[in-house]
Order: sequence, then C-alpha cells, then structure tokens
Amino acid sequence: MDDILYKDMILDLYKHPLNRKNLESFTTEKKSHNPTCGDLVTMQVLFDDDGKVKDIGHQGEGCAISQAALSLITDKVKGLTKEEIVAISEEDMLSMLGIPISHARMKCALLGWNTLKSMMNEL
Amino acid sequence: MKDSLKQHFPIYTSSPDLAYFDTGASALKPQVVVDKIREYYSDYGVNIHRGLYEASDRATTEHDTARNIIAQFIHAEPEEIVFTYGTTHGLNMLATSLGQDLKKGDNIVLTAWEHHANLIPWQQIAKKTGAELRFVDIDTDYQIDIKDAKKKIDSNTKIVSFGHVSNTLGSLAPANELIGLAKHVHAITIIDAAQSIVHLKTDVKKLDVDFLVFSGHKLYGPTGIGVLYGKKEKLEQLSPVSFGGDMILDVSYNSAEWHDVPYRFEPGTPNIAGAIGLGAAVAFVQSIGLDEIIAREDKLTNYLINQLSSLLNVQIIGSSDPPKHHGVVSINIAGIHTHDIAEILNRHNVAIRVGSHCAMPLMKKLGLPGGTARFSIGMYTDEKDVDTAMTALKQAIDLFTQIM
Repeated sequence: MDDILYKDMILDLYKHPLNRKNLESFTTEKKSHNPTCGDLVTMQVLFDDDGKVKDIGHQGEGCAISQAALSLITDKVKGLTKEEIVAISEEDMLSMLGIPISHARMKCALLGWNTLKSMMNEL
Repeated sequence: MKDSLKQHFPIYTSSPDLAYFDTGASALKPQVVVDKIREYYSDYGVNIHRGLYEASDRATTEHDTARNIIAQFIHAEPEEIVFTYGTTHGLNMLATSLGQDLKKGDNIVLTAWEHHANLIPWQQIAKKTGAELRFVDIDTDYQIDIKDAKKKIDSNTKIVSFGHVSNTLGSLAPANELIGLAKHVHAITIIDAAQSIVHLKTDVKKLDVDFLVFSGHKLYGPTGIGVLYGKKEKLEQLSPVSFGGDMILDVSYNSAEWHDVPYRFEPGTPNIAGAIGLGAAVAFVQSIGLDEIIAREDKLTNYLINQLSSLLNVQIIGSSDPPKHHGVVSINIAGIHTHDIAEILNRHNVAIRVGSHCAMPLMKKLGLPGGTARFSIGMYTDEKDVDTAMTALKQAIDLFTQIM
C-alpha cells in the first residue's frame, strides 16, 4: 500500500527508530511534551571537545510522525555544532520528512526539532 | 435509514458522509436549537430583567422558560437552576465557595476517573487549605470500587464529588451508594453530570445529591452555557464567588445585599442566547424521548463493541460488558499511536477523539501515555457510521502491520 503520509520510510522509522537510546553521559538533556496527543520526549546530546555532536539519544512515546521526525533530526545533527543545529529551519525539518503535514500534525512533526532547538538556545 | 435522527441535524446536510463519534466532547446541534438562537438574535436580542419594553420582556420570558424546561428535565425547581458557562465553571464555583470552609484535617473524596474539571479546582483548594485529596479507585472491570470508597470516605470527609459517567471509560458511578456513604458522614455531595446528562435519566430528587453540574453543548445545546443545580437550602448556604450587577438586592457604597437564589450566582449579563438555546435543546430531547434515545444508544453501543472486539489487536479500555458503557467506548490498538488512528479515520470522515481526554492521571494509572482512541455516540449515530469506522480502522491496522 502506498500512503501519502504513512510512507514506508515513516513507518519503518516508527517501528525501527534511530538513536532511540539513553546516553550514559551527556552535555545537555531536555524533556518536552505535546499535550495534544500525549507525546512525551526526552532528548540528550553529548558534544565532543571540538563542540560537535558526538552522540545523541531520544526516548519517549509518540505517534508515527513524531517518532520518525525524531529519528531524522537526531541523525541529521551528528557531527554538527550548536550553531549549525540552530540554523536548521522548520522547512528543513519538514523537507526531511517529505510528507504533507497538516496543521493538526505540525506539533508532532516539529516536536523533536523544537526540543533540540530550545536545548541549544539554553546552552 | 428510515428512522434516522440525522434529519434533525443540519451538519448532515453539509457533510452527509460524516461519521461523528465525538459527542462526548460536544454533541451536534439540531436545527431547532440553531433556529431558536437565530430567532433571539434577530427578533428580540436585548438584555433580560427590568427592560420595560416588549423585546426585553420577551427575552426575560424566554430565559425564564428555558430555566423551567431544564428544571423539569432533571426534576428540580426553577430556583434551583443556576446558569453557568459550563461544567468547568460550575465546578470552579463550587470548589471556590465550599473551599472557604475547609481546613487541615478535612478531606475531599473524588474518584480515579475524574476529568481535570473535577480535579484541578479541588487540587487548588487542597493546596490553599491543607485539606487532603482522596481518590476512590477503580476495579479490574473499570468500575468504581465501592469497597475502596468505604475506606476513603470517613468522618473527616467534607466533600464527595464524582463524575457520574467517566468520559474515558463510559462507566457509570454507583451514585446512590457514594451519596449514601457521604451522607452518613454529613459530607456535601456533587455530581459532575457532563457525560451522563445526555445518556441517562437524571432525577436530582431520587439521587438526593446536593449539587449537580453539566454543560449545554454536550446535550445538543450551544457552547458557553451550563447548569449548576443545587438543593435550594444548599444554594442558600453557598457564598457567591463572582460579583456584579443583577445579583444584588440592595447596594450602598460600602456594602451589598444578595439577591435570592439562583440570581445571586448569575452576576452580569448572562449568556441569554445560550440559555434559550439550551432550553430548546432539552425540549428537543424530550420530544424524541430520552427512553427512545437510550434504547437506540444501548443497541448501537452493543454493535460498536462487538465490531471493535472482532478486530485483531484492538483492546477495549473499559468494561467488556456493553451495558456498562454509557455513550463512550475507548480503545487502544497495539503498535499504533492513537494520533495515527485518528488521522487515518479522518480520511474516511470518521471523527473520533484521541489522547488523554482531560483525564491524565487515569491514563498514567492505566499505563497509556498516548491515551485512548475514544468513540462517543449520540442519538444520531447509526450502524452505518460504525461500519465506516470499522473499514477505516481495518485500513489503519493493515498499514501499521505491513512493516514489522
């Protein structure tokens, strides 16, 4: 079945998420919540001595869209600096997902991106 | 369907394919309610009380008539009906007012299934006064555990307030037993009837409850209007918590004397159109007949639960016994987040509500962080709606099980 929203890539990331793990040591950590659908995410980032992302992990509960987006954004930022992460735009996030996101699902799609961005701004 | 009640609801003219399963959040509005509100705004849309001219007199009469219709509907007296802005407003009024008399050592007993509207106002009062909050537990069949209620309600219990029907589980609270336990210790009793008012016959005399609150929009009426029923002697003991015009008898620069009940609880210009519209909604429900509505809903609930149970991976979050559901059936599907279920159902014009249903503590207790997918029905819901929902659910399950 070819679904416009639930593409194989999205469903695959939902079933087999990337970077879904708990980091033993990390530079920064943030919990975030999307009350509309009960999504709850904790993100952890570890920077190396050069200020680049050495490792990143996320845990929590969420819908297929939010979970796929979390996998994509966490993979994207590996090796990037804080400034490079902050420079990732909303459009970049949505184009990584590559699916039409309705107004109602925007919070799901941007949950990880938003959390990561505010983490970086708080550093 | 020949005997469909959909014909009374104009939304089905503009959206004939809508399968609406979100009555628990807000019921659809019948044409008679829309007409009644339009009539008020177009023919006599002025303020009530003391307007010595025809339009104001008509508005006052219609407003009074609405109060009478609603009073009769729940077997109360008209002066026992306070118009509010909804259930949440009514419960906040009660908590704020009754909370003034609470102190450390007192306790307030609620249940594990309360909607946030019957939880957070009491949390605030408990914080302010030092009173303790207690929660009557639910049993393995998602019903109120009356044995636990007997333990939780004791001589220090001052208030017992509970949701008559759980908006998440559809279970009915054993109101008579809970009220009996509360009366034994002279506690004030409150029923949150937001979900039950539209699915059950409500008789405040038989319930012998001190206060009962509900919203108009879950009863086929407009939004922004609700009712706080109080036994007359209890209302007379209750201090108003909002002040202003229309609630007073006599005012000087330094003091004021309250008007009679219920007017002392209705300061300012009320939601006149809302009250009149709610009166029309109740009259409409009575014209169809609550017995007829309940019979239809019971039959449909049975069909819905049987169909849902036939789907693989679907777990009913609530009693497995259909008669124990009152207008609400919640489900969880292994491997599919509730938000994704709603998204796919929406493509088939099936409207459901997913998430925590403003009952987050219950969801945490049940171990359902994504909440449930809730189907809630009304007088217009029919088997065709259920069949449409089943087709959509099957598609969602297929989609999410193809990649393992």
